[in-house]
Amino acid sequence: MKKQRLIMRSIILILLGAAVVYTLYANFTKDDIQKVEVGKKAPDFVLSDMNGEKHRLSDYEGKGVLLNFWATWCKPCEREMPYMDSGYKVYKDKGVQVLAVNIGESDVVVNEFINRYDLSFPVLNDKNQEVLTAYGVDPLPITFLINKDGIVERVHTGEIIKEEVMMDMMEEIKP
Amino acid sequence: MKEVKCECGHVNPHGTVLCESCGIPLIEEKTREKLLDMRYEGSARRSQTYNKTIIDKIWNFFSSVKVGVWLIVITLIASALGTIFPQEMYIPPVMPAVEYYEDQYGWLGKMYYELGFHNLYSSWWYLVLIASIGISLVICSLDRVVPLYRALKKQRVTRHESFLKRQRLFGITQVENKDIPFDGVIENLKKKRYSIREENGNILAEKGRFSRWGPYVNHVGLIIFLIGGMLRFVPGMYIDDVLWIREGETKVIPETNGQYYLENKEFTLEVYDKDHEVFDEALSNSGMVAKNYQSDVVLYKRADNSVAGEEAKLDQVKEFSIRVNEPLKFEGYALYQVEYKLDELSTMSFHLTNKETNEQFGKISVDLNEPETKYDLGNGYSVEVMSYFPDFEFNSEGQPATKSRIPNNPAFVFNMITPDKPDGEISFVAIQQTIEPFEDNEYKMAFAGIETKDVSGLTVRKDLTLWIFAVGGFLFMVGVAQGAYWNHRRIWIQRRDQEIWIAGHTNKNWHGIKREIKEILEGSGINEPDDLIKETEDK
Repeated sequence: MKKQRLIMRSIILILLGAAVVYTLYANFTKDDIQKVEVGKKAPDFVLSDMNGEKHRLSDYEGKGVLLNFWATWCKPCEREMPYMDSGYKVYKDKGVQVLAVNIGESDVVVNEFINRYDLSFPVLNDKNQEVLTAYGVDPLPITFLINKDGIVERVHTGEIIKEEVMMDMMEEIKP
Repeated sequence: MKEVKCECGHVNPHGTVLCESCGIPLIEEKTREKLLDMRYEGSARRSQTYNKTIIDKIWNFFSSVKVGVWLIVITLIASALGTIFPQEMYIPPVMPAVEYYEDQYGWLGKMYYELGFHNLYSSWWYLVLIASIGISLVICSLDRVVPLYRALKKQRVTRHESFLKRQRLFGITQVENKDIPFDGVIENLKKKRYSIREENGNILAEKGRFSRWGPYVNHVGLIIFLIGGMLRFVPGMYIDDVLWIREGETKVIPETNGQYYLENKEFTLEVYDKDHEVFDEALSNSGMVAKNYQSDVVLYKRADNSVAGEEAKLDQVKEFSIRVNEPLKFEGYALYQVEYKLDELSTMSFHLTNKETNEQFGKISVDLNEPETKYDLGNGYSVEVMSYFPDFEFNSEGQPATKSRIPNNPAFVFNMITPDKPDGEISFVAIQQTIEPFEDNEYKMAFAGIETKDVSGLTVRKDLTLWIFAVGGFLFMVGVAQGAYWNHRRIWIQRRDQEIWIAGHTNKNWHGIKREIKEILEGSGINEPDDLIKETEDK
């Protein structure tokens, strides 16, 4: 009788506790939940770069892809660009592709930016913000590390503050 | 701890105040009281008796009504505090929250921010408070409803004399023949919809017992309500997103997995006509009064397996005019008209003009969302767009820069190429501002007009939890009605030697039961019971 009561109470308290813990957990992770989950396949897309050439994400399977979302007016995006460029120069022959997706600014603005920083990797322009929506991008910058099988290895929200960090990221997805 | 065996032979759980079966007071000091405390039928609220393991201690904490009331009071105070200044999600995005509160509200605002009240309703401690109220509800209810149910189920018809004597309504009638029939009384009781149990010629008449479950039904409703709130955190159950869409644009609707697209044909803001007979005066007092906010849209569904960024084949689903409270609904989604922005700049026109002669050499129209790099005007005249700042400002280094991609304040660096200046002249043109870096330009870009477009702000909403709130709310009201509009009434009639004892109890509305007993006893020769509390008061 007494034992039964203890078991009963324990079960009820555990159930209630689990509900509370889940709610708290869900509430605190809701801001970090990306549409794109680590360990899952990255959603495919097709975008044109500034030279009009089309890039399909799935065509890069076999290579690691560093997928970065940026805007010209976003200061942290601007600061990490040179690191991305030097990283690209080192890793492009080691099977890592950099795709920098602009959030749909006008070509004039984007081209001027590319020229100013002399960027050598393809810059894609998401004119209709479809890829942005599909990846649930907010805020900028955000960087997705996609391995050779098209699986998202890691998502980095915010600025990449050092060249070494950028290099480590590329090393991570090197096939 | 031992169970308590009553003299009537019934075995009660430890802590029972009144025997579940015969009603005799089992606790010494209760026998001295004039009236019995009938709350929860004197059943054993176990939480108050066992206090051994940590589980029991937690259980007992939440089982206390006092704790529950304090939790509610604290939550009320906290909720009120959250309304003193606007929550973080409602402050304008002009500066970071950390500066905003101090800037707007001084040191109070700073404190408000430091204490985390700017995000109160999703703070961990607020959620813990709400959750504690939920737990308290569950445990308080369980701890009371089970023993109460048990006591009401186990109650005997023939209650102990000390139980009857201590009821608020109690009376004794002396009779010659103790076997006088109760037929008339039973008849009357039945007419009043009492259910009657008889034992050795004694009667227990009872009605409205289900009203005792009202508070618990009410609590079940509340708990379902809370579960609904909890489910909103489960991915996919609740979506609340924003879609800003310009006139003429077709955009993918967020949270639909790229399946649905929306085209905005036109946004309309209508205001009430001032020349209205009846409302003329009211309207001129209050200025512009909005009559209608409306977005005329077309909903499309993706018809192929194209991926994001690819031009998709779209099938038109329907045309619709979204107005306030008239959302566009499809597949569990609803698009609501919530915001708008009138007259966002879309095109800006300039004349290439000779400064001295004012002679014009052609007009260019610049699409502010996608300017061309070069506009050829023929005859050796052309204009190059060297730089474009859709949302122009001078940044901290004093350089021209853009704050966003929205053309709120467009500025250009033009290179004007003319037959007599084949290398071109540079001119910086912003709204009502022209800067010539080399100062001696012969030509200028003369402003020639703008075109604007409206932008609709829509909320994308999907809520699979709404029906749970409806069920919870409904049960809540059922519980309230059940407990409030019905009374649990019991009448005991017992034969004892030359006397007939009558006692009555109700959980509320004593006046009602007294009147009812009077009608029931009419012509039976049994005296009406006295109201012991009233008597005491009268004395």
